[in-house]
Amino acid sequence: MKNEVVKEKIGFGVLLLATLLVVIPVLLIIWLILSKGWSALSWEFLFTMPRDGMRAGGIFPAIVGTFYLVIASIAFSLPIGVLAAIYLSEYAADNLLTRIINLAIINLAGVSSVVFGLFGLSLFVIFLKFGVSIISGALTLGIMTLPVIITTTREALRAVPKSYREVSLSLGASRWQTIRHSVLPFALPGILTGAILSIGRVAGETAPILFTVAAFYLPKLPHSLSDQVMALPYHLYIVTTQIPYIPENFRFGTALVLVGLVLIMNITAVIIRSKYRKRK
Amino acid sequence: MKKIEIEGLNLFYGDFQALLDIRMSVREKAITALIGSSGCGKSTLLRCLNRMNDLIEDVRIEGSVKIDGKDIYKIKSGLTQLRKKVGMVFQRPNPFPLSVYENVAFGLRVHHMAKGSELEDIVGESLKAVHLWDELKDRLNRSALGLSLEQKQRLCIARLIAVKSEVLLMDEPCSALDPLATLRIEDLMQLLKKDYTIVIVTHNMQQAARVSDETGFMLLGELVEFGRTPDIFTKPKDKRTEDYITGRFG
Repeated sequence: MKNEVVKEKIGFGVLLLATLLVVIPVLLIIWLILSKGWSALSWEFLFTMPRDGMRAGGIFPAIVGTFYLVIASIAFSLPIGVLAAIYLSEYAADNLLTRIINLAIINLAGVSSVVFGLFGLSLFVIFLKFGVSIISGALTLGIMTLPVIITTTREALRAVPKSYREVSLSLGASRWQTIRHSVLPFALPGILTGAILSIGRVAGETAPILFTVAAFYLPKLPHSLSDQVMALPYHLYIVTTQIPYIPENFRFGTALVLVGLVLIMNITAVIIRSKYRKRK
Repeated sequence: MKKIEIEGLNLFYGDFQALLDIRMSVREKAITALIGSSGCGKSTLLRCLNRMNDLIEDVRIEGSVKIDGKDIYKIKSGLTQLRKKVGMVFQRPNPFPLSVYENVAFGLRVHHMAKGSELEDIVGESLKAVHLWDELKDRLNRSALGLSLEQKQRLCIARLIAVKSEVLLMDEPCSALDPLATLRIEDLMQLLKKDYTIVIVTHNMQQAARVSDETGFMLLGELVEFGRTPDIFTKPKDKRTEDYITGRFG
C-alpha cells in the first residue's frame, strides 16, 4: 500500500519536472531579452529612423514593416484558409481529390521556411513581376500560414456540436444558411486561435521575407504594397551578425520589440476572441 | 383525414436493414405514438418523415412517404420547404446559443418570412402558443441556454410554430425532463393537436397511452402492430405487442 503511494509521488514528480522544463526556457528568454534589451527602449529607439549605419537612432521602419507584413499576410491567408476549411469540412466528400488536398496541406505545413522564401522569390518577385515588395512578402508568408489556419479552422468547425447543424437543417435552413448562422459563429473563437498562431509565425519568420520583401537598410516608411520594407527579424539578424561595434542593448532591444509586438497583436486577437465567446 | 401515408418503406444503413416494409398512415390533427425498445427503428422511421436520414452517409431508402398526397422522396427542388412543413423536436432540448427571441426568429429569418414588427408579432404569438410568453416576455434578449430544460423544450416547439410547421415530429421530447415537466409538455401537446399533426417517439409506454390517439409498436425494424391507442393497450392482436406492453421485455 505504502509502496503505491511512493510510486505515485515519484510519478507526479516526473510529470512536474517535465512541465518545469517547458517553463524554464520561456522564463530564461524573457529574462534575457528584458535584462539586456530594456535599457535600449526609448522614444527615439521606437519611433525614429536608424542612423550611423544602424548603430544609432531607432528601429521604427522595421516595426512598421513587420506590422504591415502581419496585417497583409493575415488579410490574405485568413479568408482563403477559412473558406477552404469550410469547403473541406462541410462540403467535400471523402474521395480521392479530398485526400490529395489533405495530403497537400500536410506537406505544405512541412515545407521549411527558406523554401517558401525561394518559392516566393521565383513566383511573386520574378514570374509575376511584383518585385521585392510587401505584396510578395505577404503572399509568401500567407501561403506559409495557410496550413495552420486551415487545420485550426477545421478543428473548430468539427468541434461545433452536431445538434446545432441538425436543428438548423431540421428547420429548413439550407446548408449554407446552417454554416453561416449556426456553425461559423460558434467556430469563430477557434478560427481566431489559428489567426493568433499565425501572427506569431509571420512576425518572427526571417527566411520567407529574406528574398521577397526585407530591406537591409531603408530609413523611410513604405508608401504602397509594392515598396520594400525593413522587418524586425531580419533587422535583428543584421544587427547581430553583419554590423560590428553595435551596442549590445540594440540587439536585445530589437528582440524585445519583436516579442512585444507579437504579444500586443496576440492580446488584441485574444480580446476579440473572448468577446465572441461571451456572446454565446 | 390522412396527413402522412407510408408505403413499403425499407431503409438500409449500408448492409443493415433498419426498417422493414413499413406501412402506416398518420391522421391529421391527431397524435400518433411510436413505441418499442431501443434500436427498434422508431427514431429512424420518424427521421424518414422529414428526410433527416439523408444527412447520414450510406443510407438507402425504398418505398414511399406521402405527405398531403405528395411523395417527399420525389422532391426535386431542395428540402427546405419539406422541413419547414415537417418540424422536429429533439430528445435533448437544443436551443441555439442565442437569445430567446433570436431562437424563435431563426426560422423566420432563414425563410425570409417576416421582418420588423411582423417578426416581433410572430415571435410573441409563438411563445404564447407554448405558454412561455408570460414567463419570458421580460427576458427575450437573454440567452436561451439559461432556461430550464422544460422551457428550452417549449422554446424548441415555439421555433416550429413560428415557421408554421404543420407536422411536429417529436423524438422522445420528454426524456430529459422531470415527471411534472413531462406532464406539462403532454398537456401542451394536447392543445397543439387542434392545429398540428404530431408524431411522437417515446420509450415511455404510459406516455404513449396518455397522449396519443393512435399507436404503432415497432420491433427490430418492423411495425408489428398499429391501431387506435386504447386498442393497442387493452386488446393487442399480436403476441409480441402484448409481451411488450405488459412489460415482459423492452
